[in-house]
Amino acid sequence: MDLVIARPEGLYCPPGDFYIDPWRPVERSVITHAHGDHARTGNEHYLSAASGEGILRSRLGQDINLQTLEYGETITHHGVKLSLHPAGHVLGSAQVRLEYKGEIWVASGDYKVEPDGTCAAFEPVRCHTFITESTFGLPIYRWAPQSQIFEGINDWWRNNAAQGKASVLFAYSFGKAQRILHGIDSQIGPILVHGAVEPLNRVYREGGIRIPETQYAGDFKKTDPALRQALILAPPSAGGSSWMKRFGEYSDAFASGWMMLRGTRRRRGVDRGFVLSDHADWPGLLWAIEQTGAERVMVTHGSVAVLVRYLRELGLDAQGFSTEYGDEEDSTPSATSVETGQAPEAQS
Amino acid sequence: MKAFAELYTRLDATTSSNAKLAAMREYFEQAAPQDAAWAVYFLSGGRPRQLVPTRVLREQAMTLANLPEWLFEESYQAVGDLAETLSLLLPQAEHNNDEGLAVWLEDKLLPLRGLPPEELAERLPMFWSQLDRSSLMVCIKLITGSFRVGVSKLLVTRALAALADIDSKRVAQRLVGYTDLSHRPSAEGYLKLIAAESEDEHAQRGGQPYPFFLAHSLQQPVDQFEALLGSAENWQVEWKWDGIRAQLVKREGRLWIWSRGEELVTDRFPELHSLVQCLPDGTVIDGEIVVWKAPETPPDSDAEFVLDSDAPTAAPSVQPFALLQQRIGRKTLGKKILADVPVVVLAYDLLEWEGHDWRSRPQHERRTQLEILLQQSQNDVLMPSPVIDGKDWADLATQREASRSLGVEGMMLKARDSLYGVGRTKDMGVWWKWKIDPFSVDAVLIYAQRGHGRRASLYSDYTFAVWDGPPESSERTLVPFAKAYSGLTDEEMRKVDAIVRKTTVEKFGPVSSVTPTLVFELGFEGIALSKRHKSGIAVRFPRMLRWRQDKPVAEADSLATLQDLLR
Repeated sequence: MDLVIARPEGLYCPPGDFYIDPWRPVERSVITHAHGDHARTGNEHYLSAASGEGILRSRLGQDINLQTLEYGETITHHGVKLSLHPAGHVLGSAQVRLEYKGEIWVASGDYKVEPDGTCAAFEPVRCHTFITESTFGLPIYRWAPQSQIFEGINDWWRNNAAQGKASVLFAYSFGKAQRILHGIDSQIGPILVHGAVEPLNRVYREGGIRIPETQYAGDFKKTDPALRQALILAPPSAGGSSWMKRFGEYSDAFASGWMMLRGTRRRRGVDRGFVLSDHADWPGLLWAIEQTGAERVMVTHGSVAVLVRYLRELGLDAQGFSTEYGDEEDSTPSATSVETGQAPEAQS
Repeated sequence: MKAFAELYTRLDATTSSNAKLAAMREYFEQAAPQDAAWAVYFLSGGRPRQLVPTRVLREQAMTLANLPEWLFEESYQAVGDLAETLSLLLPQAEHNNDEGLAVWLEDKLLPLRGLPPEELAERLPMFWSQLDRSSLMVCIKLITGSFRVGVSKLLVTRALAALADIDSKRVAQRLVGYTDLSHRPSAEGYLKLIAAESEDEHAQRGGQPYPFFLAHSLQQPVDQFEALLGSAENWQVEWKWDGIRAQLVKREGRLWIWSRGEELVTDRFPELHSLVQCLPDGTVIDGEIVVWKAPETPPDSDAEFVLDSDAPTAAPSVQPFALLQQRIGRKTLGKKILADVPVVVLAYDLLEWEGHDWRSRPQHERRTQLEILLQQSQNDVLMPSPVIDGKDWADLATQREASRSLGVEGMMLKARDSLYGVGRTKDMGVWWKWKIDPFSVDAVLIYAQRGHGRRASLYSDYTFAVWDGPPESSERTLVPFAKAYSGLTDEEMRKVDAIVRKTTVEKFGPVSSVTPTLVFELGFEGIALSKRHKSGIAVRFPRMLRWRQDKPVAEADSLATLQDLLR
């Protein structure tokens, strides 16, 4: 029997009568992580990983009806054994393991296979059926080790500081921003952040993640010499807004997996693109799928058709699952170039 | 190769001219002359013919990356650039190669041309395994002849002039023809580009043409002309021909014909070779190559261009550019095509006379001498581009209304006292192109394809259709007639992209068919009958003038509208 099916409200577990990351309000929801397209308001009951509690409450409201589980801890609901396992995507992200009458399914949510120190590292979970994302499901996406990327960001920042230019780095405020803060050399200069980033820094710090000292960018005057040496982290939506004027002469950059492509980089119109993603790259997806030992793979949001076809050619029983996570198929690179609008915080 | 790839990356990453100038200067300062020679060649638009067939490149890449063809295709569609796709798919380099651009070109890449596939299968992986990702991408672009980066020739000229500390006009002059296929960049050639100016520079010219003087477009309403340009009498007014701009260079008993793209095109126009006997040595003429013959079907009496008002109605006249296009692409020019598509030169300027550079003489003086020369030369393939008399701007505007029926694009306004400048400069006098408004129709978007380069992954290339019947006909369908890529703002394109994704009906490889919901006003410069198009019509330079969000699909134009424009 299928332990997860797609319903208009979201991915649904029929024997357990609950939803995973529903996009419409339901009675019982299991939340893989707190990005806006996976965790939405209005559910009567929430279940998430314990390490994600702070973020989830700060985003959905302190008073949500939330129950948490440690990674690996099991509960049983209507006979379905449920446990959560690290997905390595952002703080508190989890894969959902379901077991019913000997059948095991794992829903990955979003995941990344390279450990980064800001959240528990991805752990492959053996299962019969694996529900995987496919955001970067094309072989053109192969990430360099993150240490190289952080080196690149450090060099760029140092070089700008030497020329007296502020360094404005756009990155999604939840997850990506903290990962950058955790990975860069904080000795190069002062680190300033946009108002959307700081509350999340606080939650990460409270969760015991090392995030260097940051200051609120809005507190600085344009004439402040500190700006000439500073790294400023801001969400992509701040680009092109009047908020940017305060930095005087600056170099800007964007950190995202989509920066892999020259076209996206140029459309974004920034000086530099750093290829840094919270999602698995093509080899990462294939490795994770292989590690689960699953014979059946359900592919959600991203390059669904491509990954399904490729897995079928490998002899797996693969099919697409239609969800409302991420954007439509392959439209996400263009979503990153939305300069004024509400670029989905969850992407890349 | 690495230094050149770094230069490419820097140029590609910025839109600031100053940053680009600085990047080029720094590159030229440290590059060996033989490498710089090739860099100038590629940066100013030089492209050797494709060295390896694209099919071989793809097959090699699929083998090395161990990918099925369909997955390679999917990747290519997402990236929108073949060289970049390959650089992303090929295994990371194991070695690093420090050899310069010249060594890469001369010893490695150019010798690839014409090699059998087995040989290519050995050499390509060996070369590729020595290059980091950005060098690899640049290398493949050099192989496919698709190297392009956002610098104008003018900017390259300025970078070299700054480096050599000489006048950039002098560099521009030296650089003319540098990218022609017959030219092989060399250290010696590069050093000449940046050498100090010498007295006898003129004498060394050979077939060297002058940099073309380019016009600016004039878009103000005619009632502002008086204020903007002064009296019409100070202007030499001509038709704006729709042909190939060319320079005829006659020196040392030889004739060279150069196109506006600074390509040597002498061989393409054998009927002009007789001019070698009629023009004295030391003559350079600027003009337009057009197809000139009696029209095949007699047009309406007002639809012909007649130089001499007493000529019979079927007098030869300029023919649509579409005809000229038929012979441009041909490798061999047979008797039939030469007979069917004969060309002449409509001369409008004299740049060199009796071996002297006349570019710093005023327009009217050059024109007078040109007319004398044309009278003396007595050759039917060389005619003056007539000067149009008008008593004032309003009168000229009235005459300009005949442009369409005369087969011209509008008028050229050249200040009588203007010197002949370099490129699109304005400091030595100005040429204005006063073009007529394009044709326009409201058409429906029916297919969309993802774009390339900056538009990779975005649905930015569209096919447009019009109705094949009037609104009252219940059976009517949409017939595709034009593709267009340009004219939308980035913001509009993103919106269209989102709508295309939502309304896709079917995908045929990279092309998506959509439910017709979007209407655009399409502009185009020319329209002609065509057997190759389903609609029976081909349009020239189609582009989107505006998104008609106010217009429902049912109210878009029909084939009948297009057919009316044909007349």
